[in-house]
Amino acid sequence: MSTQTFGEPVRRNANPRLLRGEGAYVDDISLPGALHAAFLRSPFARARIKTIDIEEARAHPGVVKIYTCDNIGTLDNELPLLVPHPSLTGARTQRPLARDDVFHVGQAVAMVVAVDRYVAEDVLRLIDIDYDPLPVTPDLEAAASPGSHLVHSEVPGNVAAEFEQRSGDPDTAFVQAEHITKIRVRIERSTAAPLECRSVAARHDGVTGELTVWDGTQAPISIRGGLAALFDIDEDKVRVIAPDVGGGFGQKVMLFYPDEVLVPYAAIELGRPVKYIEDRQENFLSSNQERAQIHELELAATKEGEVLGLRDSFLHDTGAFIPYGIAVAQVASTSIAGPYRIPNIWIKFKAIYTPTVPVSPYRGCGRPQACFAIERAMDKLADELELDRLAVRRRNMITPDEFPYEREGLLFADGLPVRYDSGEYIGALDKITETVDLDAFRSEQRAARTRGKYLGLGLACYVEGTGIGPYEGGQIRVHPNTGKVYVNTGLAAQGQGHETAFAQIVADQLGVPVADVIVVEGDTQAYDWGVATFASRAAVVSGNAIYKTAVAVREQLLKRAAEMLEAAPLDLELIDGKARLKGMPERSVTLAEIATLANPLRYGFSEASKSATQFAKRAKHDGPALGEGEHPGIQAQDYYSPPCATWAYGIHAAVVEVDPEFCTVRFLRYICLHDCGRMINPAIVEGQIRGGVAQGIGGALYERVEFDEEGNPRNANFMDFLMPYATEVPEIEIVHFETPSPLNPLGVKGVGEAGVIAVAATVVSAIEDALKPFGIGRLLEVPLSPSSLHAALTDAEAYKDQYARET
Amino acid sequence: MKPSLFEYVAPASLDAAIDALTNYDSSAVLAGGQSLIPTLNFRLGTPDAIVDIGQVVGLSGIDFVDSQIKIGAMVRQRQVELDERIHKANPLLREALHYVAHIPIRNRGTIVGSLAHADAAAELPAVLLVTGGAVEVAGAKGVRLISAEDLFRFHLTTTVRSDEIITAAYFPELSPNSGWAIDEVCRRRGDYAVAGVCVLLSLDGDGTCASAKLTAFGIGTRAVRLNIVEQKLIGSRLDAQTLADAGKAAADCVEVVDDTQTSGVYRLHVLAALVARTVKRAASRARR
Amino acid sequence: MNNRRPTASMPRSTDPTREINLTVNGEPISWTVSTRMLLSDFLRHELGLTGTHVGCEHGVCGCCTVIIDGWSGRSCLTLAVQMDGADIRTVEGLAASDGTLHLLQQAFHEHHALQCGFCTPGFLMALVNYLERTADPDLSEQSIREILSGNLCRCTGYQNIVAAVRQAAALMAKKT
Repeated sequence: MSTQTFGEPVRRNANPRLLRGEGAYVDDISLPGALHAAFLRSPFARARIKTIDIEEARAHPGVVKIYTCDNIGTLDNELPLLVPHPSLTGARTQRPLARDDVFHVGQAVAMVVAVDRYVAEDVLRLIDIDYDPLPVTPDLEAAASPGSHLVHSEVPGNVAAEFEQRSGDPDTAFVQAEHITKIRVRIERSTAAPLECRSVAARHDGVTGELTVWDGTQAPISIRGGLAALFDIDEDKVRVIAPDVGGGFGQKVMLFYPDEVLVPYAAIELGRPVKYIEDRQENFLSSNQERAQIHELELAATKEGEVLGLRDSFLHDTGAFIPYGIAVAQVASTSIAGPYRIPNIWIKFKAIYTPTVPVSPYRGCGRPQACFAIERAMDKLADELELDRLAVRRRNMITPDEFPYEREGLLFADGLPVRYDSGEYIGALDKITETVDLDAFRSEQRAARTRGKYLGLGLACYVEGTGIGPYEGGQIRVHPNTGKVYVNTGLAAQGQGHETAFAQIVADQLGVPVADVIVVEGDTQAYDWGVATFASRAAVVSGNAIYKTAVAVREQLLKRAAEMLEAAPLDLELIDGKARLKGMPERSVTLAEIATLANPLRYGFSEASKSATQFAKRAKHDGPALGEGEHPGIQAQDYYSPPCATWAYGIHAAVVEVDPEFCTVRFLRYICLHDCGRMINPAIVEGQIRGGVAQGIGGALYERVEFDEEGNPRNANFMDFLMPYATEVPEIEIVHFETPSPLNPLGVKGVGEAGVIAVAATVVSAIEDALKPFGIGRLLEVPLSPSSLHAALTDAEAYKDQYARET
Repeated sequence: MKPSLFEYVAPASLDAAIDALTNYDSSAVLAGGQSLIPTLNFRLGTPDAIVDIGQVVGLSGIDFVDSQIKIGAMVRQRQVELDERIHKANPLLREALHYVAHIPIRNRGTIVGSLAHADAAAELPAVLLVTGGAVEVAGAKGVRLISAEDLFRFHLTTTVRSDEIITAAYFPELSPNSGWAIDEVCRRRGDYAVAGVCVLLSLDGDGTCASAKLTAFGIGTRAVRLNIVEQKLIGSRLDAQTLADAGKAAADCVEVVDDTQTSGVYRLHVLAALVARTVKRAASRARR
Repeated sequence: MNNRRPTASMPRSTDPTREINLTVNGEPISWTVSTRMLLSDFLRHELGLTGTHVGCEHGVCGCCTVIIDGWSGRSCLTLAVQMDGADIRTVEGLAASDGTLHLLQQAFHEHHALQCGFCTPGFLMALVNYLERTADPDLSEQSIREILSGNLCRCTGYQNIVAAVRQAAALMAKKT
């Protein structure tokens, strides 16, 4: 089989076992004798802890130990600040177990380790904590205002970080502007809510001193490094395994959550395995959230709609702590100008503490917020200048001849300058307009209005910096017995199909079936160089590292095979698990044979291995069996370190029908045009996009994490926090553009977050378009519920006339 | 989220079940479990005892008696939904059940359980109320009937005493001439209603509305009759203006509050629209 | 940290228990369970059938859906003790004994209808039950989405699941 699989929708290697229910998520892993942990969490958003009484709890027959800040040794410290930055003047991170103070409802105060989770929860209720509640200001805007209650008394104004960036000369641009558009938008907080909650289990081997931790994390290698440092154990004695993981979406990349250090600690101290499986309520109370921002954005433009300057000042809600630094706000800042030229930019944010669950990236990582702000502003600009909103976009889009397009003065999340490398923005706009069939839609819209039906078209564009470093690695080995190819990389997967996509890259290079390439990732014992899965980087960074490694393995195979077949490497091809002479396919050797012979053996422990022993004809040699610089077997390691981010982009369009009576929204069409460069596996890419769009629809219309005035979570469950079912998500049409990335050998760009970024802007733009006949004002907040849509409508005169009801 | 400890009792007879209820300070009846077990898992409810009536003899029947459909306490919602005889006798039930949660929940949840739970946003209490149904309740002091008007007191609260068990629900058969409809607005498929309306009406030979009963749910603290609306409809030709006026009048029948997701103003607005829509649909089904 | 041996005797649960007799995937099982143990935990941790997953423990997400006495239901909203005398099917019983995937599983595989796989068993059991019980299912887009609406998926955006159901339903209808 000589067909290349790169670009093919190959079916996933992982599917059969997952479909059979043979997945091994952390809680599925059998750990005989394991104890179970549960956490006592603060019921107050801000309080002093006066006393903790565990006497009654300790006496319960089912409990082994109760941990508080007083008996966790050196763990009783603020957890690491993961992504430091000079702007973080007021950085605070949480302690594994609270000492003296609690800063959000749900913060861990004590850990109970007991015979099972049922009993552990019983014991929690026997712990008596005396709190002195303090006043709070949970609302973002209020928390940032003078006179607000401080979350951390030593951090004035609740400002964890303040950062200003500038590109070009925005001041002059605004002075010279013929038109200025101002807009204020608000995006409410949401949460990733992967269907598998977080989970961690640990076992310490008393004989070997090895600590094994199973963690449903996106960052097993980083966790391993951190645990080794924290517990002062040699890294090679700490093994972290991310097994099957039920979705991550960014929530599982944060390290450390308290349980990630406390569970291993307890396992070591108690000499028994310990397991902690977060429940859904806890996921809402203590696993990181994201999205809440308020942007005040201005565009300076000519009367023809050319945007010459942008100013944005925004508040970013970071929750009670800021372990992930300013990453989310930084990504939002550097995505703010979208695909538009806008040569002069001033953007400033304040990361504000609120007494709520801490914030770290959730799929999109600030880009959805930035996209919402800029796209709403572009719509508004177009309206104010009485120009077509698509024409305004086209006018401002960067053209292909302008690449690489650098925004000097803006540094992306990797610390490098924002530099867009490639794309066909205007081509994409043309294509999506054609796909929508704008003229047909406009007629349909007009006709519908005469029947009292309200259709609307929304559109929004996004860019996405993907594939950042520092690096990832690949390790490939051909197995001498079976000829199967084993691949490792340092990432972990939570459903993205790495096992298949990476296998395709290797299969193509080595001429083996995809099913014979076994990708093992997420286990630091198998391979431990690398960073983590986040920020749409797996295909770019691990993909290219694996590609480079596969090329090296290919060379080794051809060289060895050439010796075995007494030919030149150029005369050989790798096909169907063999190396064979071009034009004479009967002269061939299998990969298994090559790998066997590549490892000089003394003992012929099997028929096949005999051929590699020292007296066998093929293995005969003069002098050393392994030359200087040679290595046994067929194996290679290599790395890929990207020069900078590679920028993907896309445009979404939606056709909706709004029922003005019930204020409900129905999707008639949802189209997503995206460009992530070359696609390894289009089925996987489309799956990622559709999943992202569904989360985007959640964020546009349904999802809002709510706190009351006292900072109590209002909807910490799936009944009241609304995620879309299949009935709330439409069919999503996908149009692929492939502008290969010029920055890496495979020409790929990341796509993991692409689906979610532009959805809120697209959907709200469509709703606004539908309700234009009523003179509805601008819709500037998401999620947009029917109730809030109704409130916006009742302000409109034309609506009152038609639908007013006395109440 | 695991339940706290409780005594588990699985009596085989109704008397034993009632005894069990009286033996504990706080006890809860377990039938389908779809409303009870979430409260146990969240530890919002920590009863001393759970009395599982799943094995009690005589609670699984569906009987047609005196123009009433008698549905035993262990009869599952999905069973009723799929039952053709029930659908012929009272088509409002199947239509209402389509709105209740999702199929796996209806497979285990019981009709009586939903009535006993009395969520203000639930459909079945509103159906019981609009059809003038009742429940049969057995306790230490004997058996009694509680009419729908007397059953629902408040959100999650009925007039059933702590030592009593609802053993059956009675839903009247609808006259073949009736017009009937139920509709609701909710955020997602299967969610509790933001507002919902049930209608039962009949028409005279000349198309005038002869009788009308409407209940609203999801809108206040319990399912309520929309008496003022009914009065506007009876005697009218159910024309568009009457429906619009009737819809507006619904606001006078209910007390509504804002919650964090939905404003009271929106709820009333939706209620009015639902009244018009459901009455229209009911009228189209009625025979003169 | 020093290498340690266990520092205390294994703690015990003093939960009241009951014996239950039931059938799981065709196998008779006799077991003693804590009276408050949820069916989901019983299947996963007592019987080691970890294919049934737990996503919320309040009946909304559908990950824990199994088939009880021929009807799909949430195992997180069922006490194991209620299952005395019951017949339960879980995802592990779906494929044939020789490993051949059920039509529905095969359809999911072909249509890329799973990513992380956590919600998948719940979808499979709810769907298998619905399709086995419904002679002539309406396979319109809207109708299929309604059937799916009892299960949450955070990865796929549902579209490929719809396609998988359409294929499987047609094949299952042919077989009957």
